[in-house]
Amino acid sequence: MTQETLKVTIDRGPDTAHVQTVFDVPAYTNQTVLDVVSWVQQNADPTLSYRYACRVGMCGSCAMMVNGVPRWTCRTHISKVLRGNAVTIAPLRNLPVIKDLAVDMDPFFDKWVAAEGVHHGALTRDDPIAPVDTSTAARAVADAGIECINCSVCYAACDTVTANDDYLGPAALQRAWTLLNDAKDDGRAAILDAVSDKGGCHNCHSIGSCTTYCPNDLDPMSAIAGLKRETAKSLFQRWR
Amino acid sequence: MLNLRLYMLQRVTALLMAPLVLGHLAVMIYAVQGGLSAGEILGRTQGSILWFAFYGTFAAAVAVHGAIGLRSIACEWVGLRGRALDAFMWLTGLSLFAMGARAVWAVTFA
Repeated sequence: MTQETLKVTIDRGPDTAHVQTVFDVPAYTNQTVLDVVSWVQQNADPTLSYRYACRVGMCGSCAMMVNGVPRWTCRTHISKVLRGNAVTIAPLRNLPVIKDLAVDMDPFFDKWVAAEGVHHGALTRDDPIAPVDTSTAARAVADAGIECINCSVCYAACDTVTANDDYLGPAALQRAWTLLNDAKDDGRAAILDAVSDKGGCHNCHSIGSCTTYCPNDLDPMSAIAGLKRETAKSLFQRWR
Repeated sequence: MLNLRLYMLQRVTALLMAPLVLGHLAVMIYAVQGGLSAGEILGRTQGSILWFAFYGTFAAAVAVHGAIGLRSIACEWVGLRGRALDAFMWLTGLSLFAMGARAVWAVTFA
């Protein structure tokens, strides 16, 4: 029996912008999209550039557009995305391409910091460790968002990011929301200011692609809605 | 493109407009039941502080709400940014307000 082959189309760039290369890749019964890309790089074209690290869905390095949809490629089985025996793989949307399937993640992480997605400590190393009450509603809200692996799938899925380069994006805003609800974070005012500016949460149209495509089943859209509520409330409190 | 202030202005004006739209439609449907001439309309609106306040608020809310909404569209679909975007929003808002205010004034106190 001859082995089945997959017809794999890969976007190459940016120097060869919009040029696609088609590869014939042997099909295996257990094969992820990342396995397919790795096979191409190891057996067909060693000049193919892409990025991965953990291969188990923890590090957030290997996200790519697969048939036009952002996915974590190490945890996406090729059989789930094949059209016939073909698949098209491209670099993540909304980020500058470094080469082939590797994108520059700087804008993504710069916005993460711009949204005050950093720890705002109130204690010093000499203070006792503050207990975290896991039974509070705020902790439940914070817990709902902390499993983000920074893979940028939501950022690539977001049409508002595409249309508005100032927009901070779902991942950064969701991190701001988790910190706002974290008893150990003391950055409430800074976070609310950061997400109220021109690129902030109020630009979100609640299209919901972030929540639809998040590989960890997180819900950035609801997190952003939470930020909208909190910023509105804080505005009324300031007026009183 | 939208900060908290613009976002809230658009939401507050939406809240204002919701009952005004319903009131406008209800009065329109009720008033034309037996046929209504322009003269009869003007007879009721001329000199009326109530109708001036009703449609004056309406026109102001529309100007603010519409200008901010079109700002989003101009940014995301036309690519306007910075001062050009601000200028577009103000021009749209002021034009809408001028047209609305002129009409309101014409049927109440002109």
